[in-house]
Amino acid sequence: MNLTLRIWRQKGPEDKGRMVTYPVDDVSPDMSFLEMLDVLNERLILSGEDPVAFDHDCREGICGMCGLMINGDAHGPQRGTTACQLHMRQFSDGETIDIEPWRASAFPVVKDLVVNRSAFDKIIAAGGYVTAPTGSAPEAHSTPVAKANADAAFESAACIGCGACVAACPNGSGMLFTAAKLTQLSLLPQGQPERYTRVIGMVDAHDEAGFGGCTNAGECTPACPKGIPLNTIGRLNRDYLTATAKGANNTPGS
Amino acid sequence: MAVTGILLALFLIAHMLGNLKVFTGETSFDHYAHWLRDIGKPLLPGVWFLWILRTVLVVAVVAHIVAATVLARRARAARPVKYAHRKKVNGSYAARTMRWGGVIILLFVIYHLLDLTTGTLNPVGDASKPYGNVVADFAPERWYVTLFYTLAILAVGFHLRHGAFSAFRSLGQQTPRGERRARTAALIFAVLLCAGYLVVPFAVLTGLVS
Repeated sequence: MNLTLRIWRQKGPEDKGRMVTYPVDDVSPDMSFLEMLDVLNERLILSGEDPVAFDHDCREGICGMCGLMINGDAHGPQRGTTACQLHMRQFSDGETIDIEPWRASAFPVVKDLVVNRSAFDKIIAAGGYVTAPTGSAPEAHSTPVAKANADAAFESAACIGCGACVAACPNGSGMLFTAAKLTQLSLLPQGQPERYTRVIGMVDAHDEAGFGGCTNAGECTPACPKGIPLNTIGRLNRDYLTATAKGANNTPGS
Repeated sequence: MAVTGILLALFLIAHMLGNLKVFTGETSFDHYAHWLRDIGKPLLPGVWFLWILRTVLVVAVVAHIVAATVLARRARAARPVKYAHRKKVNGSYAARTMRWGGVIILLFVIYHLLDLTTGTLNPVGDASKPYGNVVADFAPERWYVTLFYTLAILAVGFHLRHGAFSAFRSLGQQTPRGERRARTAALIFAVLLCAGYLVVPFAVLTGLVS
């Protein structure tokens, strides 16, 4: 396959940045998208140019490091797939592919396609954990959990924090991530003592980080490589309403 | 957003049911319109109820617009650099037209009040003859009024299709099955409301009401 790539190049956080066109020839349809970028980078290095910076780690779709806006789709055209698990057979010969970083003021560009997602860490730090050490995984039946709750909590726990929800959101909101990180705890017994301080703290941290507000537009779920359902945000809303009705603040354990 | 939106949607239902009284004839419709000004009598003097209702609606509209503006400004601040390649609408057309749709609806409401409440822009404009005002408004030669009215009602329909679902979600609708039900209910509500509003001008246009 011969492709034309238009890639966002930005030397550093202060650089203005621009789209640069690179032709890439002899691409195998069996390559992953990141392998295709590796091929481009090897050629750039050999010709003495600066290679394209992009984030990646496990390359098996579970670490959440890779994240590229490919032709306007977060993680590319295939649903339920991270950019590293996307294969070039999804594209056709001669195609022009636009590659951009996630666009959000809470995710400043570090270089080229790499963004700083520390804002997600701030949301987690504001309550996305259980304060008391609960030890290793308990015997499966020692704490009863309703099957529906276990399933929904597991669905949320699949979130890898890649940021595709923010990238796809027309409001630049990180509500699907926040809701997933909240729901994986709020549906389980271990998460109950801090349930209502957690939701206030995490939503406050989300807003302070500069993410937009959720308008239920529903563009995050189709972009999510783990298919976190949109109704997860409804669970967050319900907990937030309960918490504000109880007059809870964001002090964990209060 | 959700609470003020629900208040306005309830008003839209009552307003639509009132409009449909146009099919019961001139006397009945005019009697209903005059009764609206006297609701609450003799407990409340004269047009007090009307003004209380108007105050509630204005507060709801203003709060709705303020909340929408805050969300729009936050959205703009959250994405200072736009994508070079990104479809404008990826999922729900209704969800993506909430902001401009809202502006269109606001402009229509202003025109609508000048037309049928104050009578300023109405060819008859006689407050004692609401039936006559409506019939004159949608006369075939004033097709552009009917066209604008239709477009505005369709904008309201789209606004409600996403707005009703979004209100349920904001107020804590949280299960996947509930989401399907909320979306279906929002769609049916929007379609019924559009039909209920549009049937009046088209009845006048076709001479069914004259």
